[in-house]
Amino acid sequence: MGVGINVEHLNAWYGTTHTLQDINLNIPANHATALIGPSGCGKSTFVRCLNRMHETNPIARASGVVKMGDIDIYKDASPVTIRRRVGMVFQRPNPFPTMSIYDNVASGLKLNGFRNKAILDETVERSLKASALWEEVKDDLKKKSGASLSGGQQQRMCIARALAVDPEVLLMDEPASALDPVSTSKIEDLIFQLKSQYTIVIVTHNMQQAARVAENTGFFLNGKMVEFDSTDRIFTNPKDKRTEDYITGRFG
Amino acid sequence: MATRIKFQQNLDDLKERLLIMAGMAEQAIQRSIEAYRTRDLSICELVFQSEPVINRLEREIDQMALDLLAMEQPMAIDLRFILSVIRINADLERVGDQAVNIAVRIREMGAFANIELPVDIPKLASLSAAMVRKALQAFIEADAEMAQSVLKLDDQVDEMNDAAFYSLSTLIKERPELTPQSLNALIIARNLERVGDHATNIAEDVIFWVRGKDVRHNNPSRA
Amino acid sequence: MSTNAFHTPPPNGEGEMRAPMDFQSRRMRLNSAWRYAVNHAVTGLAVLSTLLVVAPLVAILVYLVYMGASSLNVAFFTHIPAPVGEPGGGMANSILGSGIVLVLASLLGIPVGIAAGVYLAEFGRGKLLAAAIRFTADVLNGVPSIVMGIAIYSMLVFPEDFHLWFLYPFRHLLAPLMALNIPPALQIPMTFSVDATGVWLHVGGHFSAFAGGVALAIMMVPTITRTTEEMLATVPHAIREAALGLGVPKWRTVMSVSLKTASPGIITGCMLAFARVAGETAPLLFTAFGNQFWSFRLNEPIAALPLQIYIYAMSPYDEWHRLAWAGSLVLIVMIMVAVTLVRIYASRGILKGAS
Repeated sequence: MGVGINVEHLNAWYGTTHTLQDINLNIPANHATALIGPSGCGKSTFVRCLNRMHETNPIARASGVVKMGDIDIYKDASPVTIRRRVGMVFQRPNPFPTMSIYDNVASGLKLNGFRNKAILDETVERSLKASALWEEVKDDLKKKSGASLSGGQQQRMCIARALAVDPEVLLMDEPASALDPVSTSKIEDLIFQLKSQYTIVIVTHNMQQAARVAENTGFFLNGKMVEFDSTDRIFTNPKDKRTEDYITGRFG
Repeated sequence: MATRIKFQQNLDDLKERLLIMAGMAEQAIQRSIEAYRTRDLSICELVFQSEPVINRLEREIDQMALDLLAMEQPMAIDLRFILSVIRINADLERVGDQAVNIAVRIREMGAFANIELPVDIPKLASLSAAMVRKALQAFIEADAEMAQSVLKLDDQVDEMNDAAFYSLSTLIKERPELTPQSLNALIIARNLERVGDHATNIAEDVIFWVRGKDVRHNNPSRA
Repeated sequence: MSTNAFHTPPPNGEGEMRAPMDFQSRRMRLNSAWRYAVNHAVTGLAVLSTLLVVAPLVAILVYLVYMGASSLNVAFFTHIPAPVGEPGGGMANSILGSGIVLVLASLLGIPVGIAAGVYLAEFGRGKLLAAAIRFTADVLNGVPSIVMGIAIYSMLVFPEDFHLWFLYPFRHLLAPLMALNIPPALQIPMTFSVDATGVWLHVGGHFSAFAGGVALAIMMVPTITRTTEEMLATVPHAIREAALGLGVPKWRTVMSVSLKTASPGIITGCMLAFARVAGETAPLLFTAFGNQFWSFRLNEPIAALPLQIYIYAMSPYDEWHRLAWAGSLVLIVMIMVAVTLVRIYASRGILKGAS
């Protein structure tokens, strides 16, 4: 089951650039929340702060409170433990090229020391079924390399890999932007099915995708969060003029 | 730097075409009122000729709106605008239809004696026409306040129509030989009341477009 | 008809038609002939240059085969050199000695090189220490091999005694260490002793295979470090992020993901460094020194193939000259085999990575 995320006064810097300015946000559990905004507005940085990937960059810094359930992820836990509870899917599929499909999906468990073959088998099957890829690859699990699949399949495999560690939150940074329309629809359907079990945060450039997939949407601009509301309100009658300018494409 | 220039131009084209159609519908109403005043059948002819043009414009506007919805993925205010245009389009076409109906009635009345009827059709007509004019003005200027004021005028029109109904039905009972003229006048009054309703609809669509609030069916005029 | 409302065709002025190109005109044909000629001339030049570069290698091989092939027999690979004046004998001890020294050099050099490369690529980005390491590696690479030999001579061959005064308080802990029974073959020219005056470290005193191995190891390190760093840099950052995002700790990410992905390239780098030091003579002159007999100990001088070739070639004995020719042929064939193996492995590695 998913947990809600509560963000208070989150600030983030890359060196001296103040990338995120005082973000306050409440992401409800078991819902999909979309984050939209122009390039460079900080939405990717925000999402990377949610699983503490932001700090893997040596010049990056963050301050503020991010609570996942009851836990302050910056004070009460280490980055490694947080990342095992928060899965991430990236813009471009990034399977491990030296590993087979099976090893790729199981990598979250195997690389963390898990060895029990029966449980690994079951987890791999469950995750691939959850990401709607099982039928297509079940005969080639150990024979084919992870990088030999098509783009859409690779991305679904990366989703399966993220799901295999059984996270509570799933972060998706423009997961379908590198994919064709058919693969995009499959992934959107997947998100729709998954959101009852996980809390999903999806960053997207594609407003129609946000509209199709998410119950709530947040609009980021220049490091600030301008508006956060239910998706249908944002797209039919937003409160802030900047939001309206962005989604009608009248942005300067 | 403005973006989506083509889209903006298309929206302006759509608005322009709708206003052309609005002008024709208004003109049809004005002509039918004039025909009533003068009982000039040639003016009725003009009204009949304008109908196919209005119908063609309705089809064109709907098609333009459909294309914009499919190809430009409009959002928020643009989406509401196009939806309003589609609805106003339908209402204007019906206004044109009512003008034709009135012209038909006038032609029928021409076969009978021109008598003075206890009902002020011209006043009712000018009020309805004024409502249409004001609603369209609100659309041109995207003025929700003006549109709001149109909604209030509808009550007056309804009252006048009710009064016309009452006095004409009384006249039929008292002087049955004037039934054809009375009935025609009654129908014309009703047509004009319908025009007022359509103007109300147009005003409600303008409010939806500008404010994003759906104010339809908020003023039940009759129980 | 409906789309006409929006898709008005752009204004079409009186666009003039451009005249189609006449490919048969005299000018075009001359152009064509000129380009043809230039093409062939440059191709010819390239082929010629290649032949010029390959010719010496072919000449060497042919000459070595001519001079040395007749001396190759089973005895060459199984016997040590015969005493001066007697015919027969072989360079078996040199081949084995080269093997021992190279194995030692690899055991010392490869882990150090890879570790340094990993540090430079994964942990040291932008740090001063990393810049210093890179600079040192580049300098080491440029040190002449004879200088390397002399340096190691002064460190590990020339007898020195160091008074480790700071270990004096711990001298009782060292007793079990010194009582360890290291087999004679693995003993190295560094020993401890404890007496009334304190704890002493005795280094050197004789030529040794150990010193030779150390010299070659130090020569391998820069190449391996640079290759490792470069290969790790080719690992896409997205892969690392994927692993980190799964909650894999950084060290595990480096070991199981980055290194694993870059391993074909890293192994190629190690093999190249190996092939390079396999043919080095100068570093071994004052460290391994050479040996006429079998030697299996790290603590003794040992024969190495290039070293012995040098010694035999400089000697006045014909019998030894014959051995030197044969040894040269064997050496160059072994290096060619090693390089070929590297290429086969590298190309297989590339295909594997792309699949």
